[in-house]
Amino acid sequence: MSLWSKHAIFEKNSIILVIAVLIVIAIGGIVEIVPLFYLKNTIEKVEGVRPYTPLELAGRNIYVREGCYNCHSQMIRPLRDEVERYGHYSLAAESMYDRPFQWGSKRTGPDLARVGGKYSDDWHRDHLRDPRSVVPGSVMPAYPWLAETELDVEHIADDLKVQAWLGVPYTEEMIANAKADVRIQATADHPDAAALAQRYPNAQARDFDGNPARITEADALIAYLQMLGTQINFKLYDDKANIR
Amino acid sequence: MGEARAISKSMTVGEAGTATVFAALAFLSIIVAAKAHTPAYAFHAYLFAAASVGAVFLVLNRYMSRPAALPPREIDGKPNYNLGPVKFAAIAAVVWGIAGFGVGLLAALQLAFPALNFDLSWLSFGRIRPLHTSAVIFAFGGNVLIGTSFYVVQRTCRARLAGELAPWFVVLGYNFFIVIAGTGYLLGITQSKEYAEPEWYADLWLTVVWVAYFLVFLGTVMRRKEPHIYVANWFYLGFILTIAVLHLGNNPAVPVSLFSPKSYIVWAGVQDAMVQWWYGHNAVGFFLTAGFLAIMYYFIPKRAERPVYSYRLSIVHFWALIFIYIWAGPHHLHYTALPDWAQTLGMTFSVMLWMPSWGGMINGLMTLSGAWDKLRTDPVLRMMVVSVAFYGMSTFEGPLMSVKAVNSLSHYTDWTIGHVHSGALGWVAFVSFGALYCLFSWVWNRPLYSVRLVSWHFWISTIGIVLYITAMWVAGILQGLMWRAYTSLGFLEYSFIETVEAMRPFYLIRALGGALFLAGALIMAWNLWRTVVARRVETPFAAGDVRLAAAE
Repeated sequence: MSLWSKHAIFEKNSIILVIAVLIVIAIGGIVEIVPLFYLKNTIEKVEGVRPYTPLELAGRNIYVREGCYNCHSQMIRPLRDEVERYGHYSLAAESMYDRPFQWGSKRTGPDLARVGGKYSDDWHRDHLRDPRSVVPGSVMPAYPWLAETELDVEHIADDLKVQAWLGVPYTEEMIANAKADVRIQATADHPDAAALAQRYPNAQARDFDGNPARITEADALIAYLQMLGTQINFKLYDDKANIR
Repeated sequence: MGEARAISKSMTVGEAGTATVFAALAFLSIIVAAKAHTPAYAFHAYLFAAASVGAVFLVLNRYMSRPAALPPREIDGKPNYNLGPVKFAAIAAVVWGIAGFGVGLLAALQLAFPALNFDLSWLSFGRIRPLHTSAVIFAFGGNVLIGTSFYVVQRTCRARLAGELAPWFVVLGYNFFIVIAGTGYLLGITQSKEYAEPEWYADLWLTVVWVAYFLVFLGTVMRRKEPHIYVANWFYLGFILTIAVLHLGNNPAVPVSLFSPKSYIVWAGVQDAMVQWWYGHNAVGFFLTAGFLAIMYYFIPKRAERPVYSYRLSIVHFWALIFIYIWAGPHHLHYTALPDWAQTLGMTFSVMLWMPSWGGMINGLMTLSGAWDKLRTDPVLRMMVVSVAFYGMSTFEGPLMSVKAVNSLSHYTDWTIGHVHSGALGWVAFVSFGALYCLFSWVWNRPLYSVRLVSWHFWISTIGIVLYITAMWVAGILQGLMWRAYTSLGFLEYSFIETVEAMRPFYLIRALGGALFLAGALIMAWNLWRTVVARRVETPFAAGDVRLAAAE
């Protein structure tokens, strides 16, 4: 009786086959995923990284809705050309509040992990309305509806509440002021700007889409793009802090 | 006795339960639709309501019109196969395939001619691309898998499918999921996880359908009249089980409200990335590989009329394949913020994966031993054999690209797109086409309308694939090299937009390749349509013949 004949156990008992398959496929996933919730370099907290403001979060949700991740990555690899082209390589901590992550898998367009502050608000507004008006060779679709659509933030406090429940450090105060904070951040020189800055350090507040009369989806998306990659001050960041 | 049974016709628990649950779902859907936060979500809720009402009608109508006794499992000692759901899935696969290839062609053309985005939200590339990937993988591939698995499991177990309503629930419920997912992308409802874009309510629905699928399949295996479970069924079972685990692992999300399509995933950042690519790579490994290997293990031996080459090789490569595939996910995250050890582990297992993959290829190709001459006369078999060759090629390319040094060049470029399509078009689609040609003629029990048209399909699509993948290889490697090119003074040589502009000729060639592939599929659809509607030769029907002649 050879060892091969022992395999008949799996071929003759469907339940044993099912259980064996489940055990065999479980091992790899457990080994690779579970440690990521405990290892220091995947759960490190870095000075400056804060949850998104309600306006940035709304902008991020538009980024997700339009499928920007299909063509733009948000993950700079530690390779010479990428660091010179895009800036400091991305840290795990920089996407710790990203649900879901937006690292992407394709660069039909450039990486956006540190696009914040690289271009003016006006450039972004024109670029979203008609990409070829500022970059003639671009193949990006135009998004003219963003600047024409009023931003829907009726339920934005619920978004923060769910995220808080999942562990994002949104406070009661942040949730209570969520809707007001959208208006504060999308308005130039709003009287309550200081309160917003206290809740969300380094939040940029101004009229992003060049139309002070309305708060549009373009306001939210540009606010999100302009904060990408700007949270950490790499002059102060200690990249040896997490080496054991 | 027969009369007594006719009088005591009553609803089965399944019929009564299904009708009740769908009635409740219809009611719930209308409430959700009334209070929905967005019009797009209200539209989906109304779709759920309409589908639920339709399901109640179908269940009741089926009950009213059926005889008192349920269909017997056997007639005169022969299994009474349930082929209705198989036929539905086979037709759905062809329809979704054409749609998915067409949308892919649109996406390819949009990259060459951005005006084709038409400045419309629902036609823009970011929404079209997930529509394309889901349509070809889940709508086309999924229906092929469900249809063939329901056929193969019955034939190899010599047993009727478990359940009467359940197989129909699986097939119709799955296609309803496709409709919800696809319309959702166009309306901007997505959770943006690649190949797992549908939102929480679509995911919940799919979970229910998938559990039913698993139970029908396992129930049929348990009814088998054969002592051994045939090798194709190991692969189908591995595929169904693992996809269930992956789906549950990658999609746990908390909806903002019952009345909102938006949800937030419980995983974040680097953990979410790892879970996503554990899912994403094994969607390839189990949906697009294990499931289609099951097709190979039934349809190639059957068509070639030869036994599977090696039983022992199938044992070794089955267990090795499902064990090793799960580890390969991190190769999608090389040089990212994922820890180095996880990347290296992913790369190591990806390279090892080459062996079980080629085990499957060898077992498929060598099954032709003694029947190679059939490749000259049977283009259906030729299609399936070439698909196995493409499988071998792309499972060599995959491990190559998973090596970190290669990946630093290939990642983020169109090389990845080329690799995916050599697998998706060459392997998955070709083996599916072969299986569909077999299935249509076997299930409808008539010869194919035209074998010559199969040959045309084969050659046109093969030329399309070759144009596609070579264009993407060149584009990807060129792009990768341009990104990292330095001048003699030590500056980056190209701006990003120069690398975009350099892609244009290759995007045009790729679109041409895609158009040829679509043309081949249209030929297949025509051929299969004529096969189904053709009058059977051996049933001379005078009146029918006259009518048919007049119509032509």
